[in-house]
Amino acid sequence: MSKIKTFSVGGIHPDKYKITSDLPIRDAGIPDMLYVPVKQHIGAPAKILVKKGDRVKAGTLLADADGIVSADVHAPASGEVVKIEEIVGEVGYLEQMITIKTDGDEWEESIDRSSDLIREITATPEQIVGIIRAAGIVGMGGAGYPTPIKATVPAGKKIDCIILNGIECEPYLTADDRLMQEKAEQIIIGAKILNKALGIQKAIIAIDENKPHAIETMRKLTRSYVGVNVAVCATKYPQGSEKQLIAAVTGREVPPGCLPVDVNCVVQNVGTVYAVYEAVQKHKPLFERIVTVSGDDVKNPGNYRVRIGTPASYLIEQAQPLETPGKIIFGGPMMGTAATNLAAPITKTTSGILLLKTASVLDPEQTACIRCGRCIEVCPQGLQPFAITGHVRRGEYQEAKKIHVLDCMECGSCSYTCPARIPLTDYCKLAKYEIRKKK
Amino acid sequence: MSEVIVANIIVLSSIAVAAAIILYFAAQKFKTENNPVADEIAAMLPQANCGACGKAGCQDFANACAAADAESFARLYCPVGGAGVMNTIAGRLGYSSAEHEPTVAVLHCNGTCENAPDKVEYIGLQSCRLANRAFVGKTGCPDGCLRLGDCVRNCPFGAIEMNPQTGLPEVNPDKCTSCGACVRICPRGLYEIRPRGKNGVRVYVACSNRQKGALARKNCKAACIACMKCTKICPEVKVENNLSHIPATVSAEAYGAELAANCPTGAIIYTGVKDEQD
Repeated sequence: MSKIKTFSVGGIHPDKYKITSDLPIRDAGIPDMLYVPVKQHIGAPAKILVKKGDRVKAGTLLADADGIVSADVHAPASGEVVKIEEIVGEVGYLEQMITIKTDGDEWEESIDRSSDLIREITATPEQIVGIIRAAGIVGMGGAGYPTPIKATVPAGKKIDCIILNGIECEPYLTADDRLMQEKAEQIIIGAKILNKALGIQKAIIAIDENKPHAIETMRKLTRSYVGVNVAVCATKYPQGSEKQLIAAVTGREVPPGCLPVDVNCVVQNVGTVYAVYEAVQKHKPLFERIVTVSGDDVKNPGNYRVRIGTPASYLIEQAQPLETPGKIIFGGPMMGTAATNLAAPITKTTSGILLLKTASVLDPEQTACIRCGRCIEVCPQGLQPFAITGHVRRGEYQEAKKIHVLDCMECGSCSYTCPARIPLTDYCKLAKYEIRKKK
Repeated sequence: MSEVIVANIIVLSSIAVAAAIILYFAAQKFKTENNPVADEIAAMLPQANCGACGKAGCQDFANACAAADAESFARLYCPVGGAGVMNTIAGRLGYSSAEHEPTVAVLHCNGTCENAPDKVEYIGLQSCRLANRAFVGKTGCPDGCLRLGDCVRNCPFGAIEMNPQTGLPEVNPDKCTSCGACVRICPRGLYEIRPRGKNGVRVYVACSNRQKGALARKNCKAACIACMKCTKICPEVKVENNLSHIPATVSAEAYGAELAANCPTGAIIYTGVKDEQD
């Protein structure tokens, strides 16, 4: 038994509420209407290729990546394109979306729909990157950074290992956990595919302690794969953050303003790696993902396989709220987005839909800072949130910059831990916006 | 006991004397010559250091005035002090100050609690700049006032106050110096510095929503729907991107009442009537 790994600075232990980790992935089905946004990733929106009235099948290319930092978008089910216009998105702003009226589940002929496991990797490294690009794969942990960029070694850099992020440290979410339990070997083959693309041998699957089934399954299977290992990490938030994960697994520290590649690492979410397997071995573009529907206001929580573009309300209906939810969150409770529009669609980066009771999301009364220093203790980046807050309250954004507010990753640990209930993370976010605006 | 007190007095006094001597010589060595004219002008300025003139502060403005010739002086203007202060400075320098029309800040949104009822609740830091990034706003209008009061907190003259009835910030024209702090702070660019108009009579479009009429009206009863009625009353009024714009050159006295009365949604605000009542 190897030692349990973790990062050294800060971190919190929120209640986990992983109520869905033993519930198998269910198919959510196909709703009558799918709303597919053309921008589900970081970077430029994809260029729309279809027009109103076009018939599409699941896997048909709807929009083409516009440049390197962008991603293709595919039809999630068969049907007719009925509208291409701006529709209100999850936080209320208008987003360009392609509306598809579904009429069944006919897939493109090139996609292998069988459940056979294909172990042999025949594609060349160049082909692999090309396939990942054509499948529209982006980081599915939440950031939505186009994956093909992370599957190539940048000029002048060296990469010696891939870390598969199976931490899922946000409370409630279990989508990655279930995927690792049910599709373990596919994920391992996906890791070998990425290894081949990068020309290396080593892959580490990082899983945190509170997923014993996933650890066990992965340990058993990795024995037959050379170079793939399991690293067990402590259950601590934000263990799943890229920099904290690299520190835990390899002991390397990513300097401020640098990327993982600067310490010879690449981190990929397990969901992304599974999508890579499906794209390369099964020729299936990214048009569905696993979404956890959970919260303290759900009668029927679960992990669903959902087509991209499915309205959240369709999933909420299946999950059945107990009372009118006080807050609905896209993503996790620590870093997710509170939604204002329930008709908004699931995108490539939506890992969960959380329904919380009004009583559990009430705005706590703020009191004055008592200088207890707990925010400093828990900040995984080693910052001083209370000092940043003081500067922001006085409008001294340059002073906040001097104490490295730009290194803040907005994990919410400080706000979570503050006994005076000061929204410290909000102040840090505000400082970051103001500093970036003034540049 | 007493010797301790005496010793302390002696030690501290000698430190004080030594420090005074050092400071005296340091002050001599690092002395900077200020332009006495600039200092005199600085004394005439409001000393609000608001930056409305475009300079770093009142001393910077005073330096610019002192260094200016007749032509470049005409381009300098302190909006806070207004014509009075500028005339005093001009008198000291022997130049003539250029005519400047008095201005005031106006809010291009009329999304009151009644016109644009709240659809969702916002929990978090009460800051418009943060909320603007997080979501569309309580009302659902992507271009409207977020009603969280960044402008109120950042007005250096206390000229903006939240009206609890409407939920919107209100500019007090008597206190407003048109320094532009609200224009810079508002994340949705809802403020504009406009001429006050004769006797405070102004007419402007209190809406910034660029969505199509039907969509805009869904969230706010007072949204501009680009019906073009205003363009027929006054040809100078332009409608672009589903939003009407009344240029400051349009005479509020000639057209104001008619424009406001004929706007079907009430997006056009005419201050004339109200000011007469006051």
